Amino acid sequence: MFDFLKGPVETFQEFLFLSARAFRNVFRSPHYASDILIQMDVIGVGSLFIVSLIGVFTGIVMALQMARALSTYGASGQIGQIVSITLVRELGPVLTAILVAGRNASGMASELGSMKVTEQIDAMRALGTDPLQKLVTPRLIATAIVLPLLTIIADALGMVGGYFIAATMLNITRSQYWTNAWQILEYNDLLQGLLKPFLFAIVIALVGCFYGLRTSGGTQGVGRATTKAVVVASVWIFVITSMLDPLFVNLK
Amino acid sequence: MTGAPQNLAREIGPDILQFEDVSLHFDDVAALDHVSFELRAGETLVIVGAAASGKTMLLKSAAGLEHPQSGRILLFGQDILKMGERQLIQLRSRVGILFQEGGLFDSLTIEENVAYPLLNSGITDSGVGHNATSSNGDSNHQPISIAEAEARVLKALRFVELEKTLDQFPNELSGGMRRRVGIARAVVTEPALVLYDSPTAGLDPITANTIMRLIIQERDLRNTATIIVTHRYQDGHMMATFRYNPSSGAVEPSAKVEPSAKAEPSANAKSSPASSGDQSQITTRFLVMREGQLIFEGTEDQLKASRDPYVQKFAKAGSS
Ligand SMILES: Nc1ncnc2c1ncn2[C@@H]1O[C@H](COP(=O)(O)OP(=O)(O)OP(=O)(O)O)[C@@H](O)[C@H]1O
Ligand SMILES: [Mg+2]
Repeated sequence: MFDFLKGPVETFQEFLFLSARAFRNVFRSPHYASDILIQMDVIGVGSLFIVSLIGVFTGIVMALQMARALSTYGASGQIGQIVSITLVRELGPVLTAILVAGRNASGMASELGSMKVTEQIDAMRALGTDPLQKLVTPRLIATAIVLPLLTIIADALGMVGGYFIAATMLNITRSQYWTNAWQILEYNDLLQGLLKPFLFAIVIALVGCFYGLRTSGGTQGVGRATTKAVVVASVWIFVITSMLDPLFVNLK
Repeated sequence: MTGAPQNLAREIGPDILQFEDVSLHFDDVAALDHVSFELRAGETLVIVGAAASGKTMLLKSAAGLEHPQSGRILLFGQDILKMGERQLIQLRSRVGILFQEGGLFDSLTIEENVAYPLLNSGITDSGVGHNATSSNGDSNHQPISIAEAEARVLKALRFVELEKTLDQFPNELSGGMRRRVGIARAVVTEPALVLYDSPTAGLDPITANTIMRLIIQERDLRNTATIIVTHRYQDGHMMATFRYNPSSGAVEPSAKVEPSAKAEPSANAKSSPASSGDQSQITTRFLVMREGQLIFEGTEDQLKASRDPYVQKFAKAGSS
C-alpha cells in the first residue's frame, strides 16, 4: 500500500548512513588536509565574487522596496534595521546557500559522479583508500568552514548595498543607517545567522556527494545526479530554514 | 596427460578464490544468481557472456567491492562477506584489478597512479591489527620507501612500455595506453590474483593483441592466478594456448614453447579432446555467464564441443 514510499525512504536511509560515516570520519585519521584546502579554495574563493555581487544587489533591492512601505508610516529612517535584520536572519544565509548549492553541490555531484562511472571510486577502494574519507569528509569540512564566512560577507555587502540606497535616495545619514542596522541585531539573530549556514553547508556537501556517489548509467547518469543534487539541496535549505525560524522566534 | 616432462607446466596450488552459491541482487535484477566456482593458484579463468550478464559484478564481488546478499566468498581462505571495509583493505592489497572503465585517477599523473597502490597499502591506520591469518605471508603490509616505490613504478611502466609517460595525465594518453597504465597499476604490487575486466574492449585488433600478450606475460612470469572477462573469443583462446617464453622473451603458442608438444600442421578447433592434453588446456578454464547465472564451466575444447547455442556464440572466432 505504501510501496511508493519505499524508494524515497530507502534513499533517505542510505543518505543518513553516508552522513553518519562522513561525520565519524571527521574524527578519524587519516585526514586529507590538502584536499580540505583545495575544496575551501574551490568553494570559498570560487564563490566569492558571485556571492558578493548577489549580496550587494539584495541589499539594494530590499532597501528600494522597503523604502516605499516605510515611508507610508514615515519610518524611512528605520531602513537600516529592516535591511540588516532580514539579511542576517534569513536572506544572507539562504541566498548564499542557494548559490553555493548551485555552484558546488552540482560540482561535487558531477565530479564524484564522473569518478563513479569511470570506476575511480571502486579503484580507490580497491587500492586501499576509503572514498568517504578522501572525498566526502574534506568536502564536508571545507563547506562547513567556508559557507558561514561567505554568508558574513554577503550580509555585510548587503548592508552596504542598503546604505547606498539609503544615502543616495532616502537622505539618511551614515551614522543613522549604521547605528540602526547594528543596534537592532541581537545575540539571537547572530546565532541564527551563523547556525543556518553551518547546517546548510552540511546539507549541500552531503547531498552533493551522496548523489555523486550513487551515480549510475554513464555520462547521462552524471547529468541526472547533478540536477538532482541541486534540486534536493535547495529544497532542504528552505525546509531547514522554515523549521528553524519558529524555534528562534520563540526564543525571544 | 602425455606424461612428458613439462618445464612450463603450471603449478596448481591452494585455493585463491571460492564462490559458493553467491547471489547479488539489484532491486529485481539478479546480477549474480547462485554462482559457484573456484580458482586455485596458477589457474586462469576466462569469463565470457553477453552484456549485462554479471561479469563485472562477479569480479567486483571477488574483490569485495560489491556485497552479494547471499552465499559465501572465500578470498585467500577468508570469508570476505563477513569482513568490514577496513579489514577488506588489507586483503584487497593482494588483488590487482584492471577496471572495465579504466579507473585511473584523472587528477594524478601516470607515475602517481601506478605508485598509488604501493604508497597506500601500508598507510591505513587501523587495518594492520585486523590481519587475522598470517599463513599467506607476503610483504605488502610494510610501508615501502619512496625510492623503492619509484623503482617498482618504473619497472611496472617499463613492463607495459610506457616509462616515458611518467608525468603525463591519463586523459593525455590514447585508449590503449591507458589500458596499459591500468595493467601496470594492477600488477605493481605483484598481487597473487589479478582480475582483468574486458581488457581489450574498444581497442583495435593490434592493440588488443598487445594487451593480451602483456597479460599472458604477467601471468606466466609470476604464475599469477588470473581471471579475465572478455567479449572476444580470441582473448580466451590466447589465454588457453599461448605462453610467455622466457628464452625468446615473446608470447607464443604453447605448442612452440613446450618441448613435449608435437608440431601440429594446424592446431585448431578440429583437434579432438584426446590429442590436446597439454597442461595449459587444463589450467585455463572458461566460464560462460547468462543473466547472472554460470551456465558453463570447462576447458576450451569442452566449450567448443558444447551444443548450447548461447555457449557456442563464445566458442567461435570473430564473434564479439
Ligand atoms: N549499481 C547498479 N544498480 C543496479 N543494477 C546494476 C548495478 N550494477 C550492475 N547492475 C546490473 O547488474 C547486471 C550485471 O551487470 P554487469 O556490469 O556485471 O554486466 P557485465 O556482464 O559486466 O556487462 P558488460 O559486458 O556490458 O560489461 C546488469 O543487469 C546491470 O544492469
Ligand atoms: Mg562489465
